[in-house]
Amino acid sequence: MTLVQFLIVGAALFSMGLYGVITRKNAVLILASVELMLAAVNINLVTFDVYLQDVLHSGQIFSLFIIALAAAEVGIGIAIILMIFRNQRTADVDELTLMKG
Amino acid sequence: MTVTVSDFFRESANWAFLVIAIPTLYAGWRTVSSNNIVRAVLYLVVALGGSAALFFMLGAEFVGWTVVLVYIGAVIILFLIGIMITRAPLGQEADLSHDRNVKAPAALLSTVMFGVITWGLLDAFSNEAIAPFEPTSTNELSLLIFDRFVIPFEVVSFVLLAALIGGIALARKDEEVAS
Repeated sequence: MTLVQFLIVGAALFSMGLYGVITRKNAVLILASVELMLAAVNINLVTFDVYLQDVLHSGQIFSLFIIALAAAEVGIGIAIILMIFRNQRTADVDELTLMKG
Repeated sequence: MTVTVSDFFRESANWAFLVIAIPTLYAGWRTVSSNNIVRAVLYLVVALGGSAALFFMLGAEFVGWTVVLVYIGAVIILFLIGIMITRAPLGQEADLSHDRNVKAPAALLSTVMFGVITWGLLDAFSNEAIAPFEPTSTNELSLLIFDRFVIPFEVVSFVLLAALIGGIALARKDEEVAS
């Protein structure tokens, strides 16, 4: 196995996540695309951890922290979307133009 | 040592890699392109499961199982609850993405970014082999977390606590304000 094949999968997933964040209109699906990008970053971290044979396993431990923070991010994100939906009756980010002048 | 294409296919681990990577990438693509909102989230399950399988291939067992438990077990449920509560168009095709005016520049941007990253990676690491199947034991990882990385661990615990309290405070109905 080569190092590059894992990193390219990570790069492809990250690019797809970027595409999703830009093109999606539904707020929940934007969060899902962000999750895809975080998964790509995790793949990179773990791959380099194994490649460098790190005695402290910083890559794997950092990816565990990222997983925990992603869970917190989704919890807060869904709560914010629920609150916006309760006030504005929509989860479509194009219709949420309250802060437009 | 130069790795050629025939070398790549001679190694059986690479076939396993392809069996995992191709569905992962397809599922990732369907996550961002599907017009059915529930299917998009369920494709995300496949993509994250594929990333967990890649972690198993790399010997990172604990990280892989954490992805399965936290992402597939908890985060996806949160997504589905969010979809159901916001009354998104369940089980039908709907217009979930922007039109061509946004899609074309977004596709261009992400393709260029993928190309630049891939070119940089191939330029820097094209011949580096990776040692397969040397599992990192959970024992080793937990000793490191609770010794060397204990302060970041505590910080993450506080962030999770703050997120829990914030989530409850944001999502609950405020009776006195509502009336």
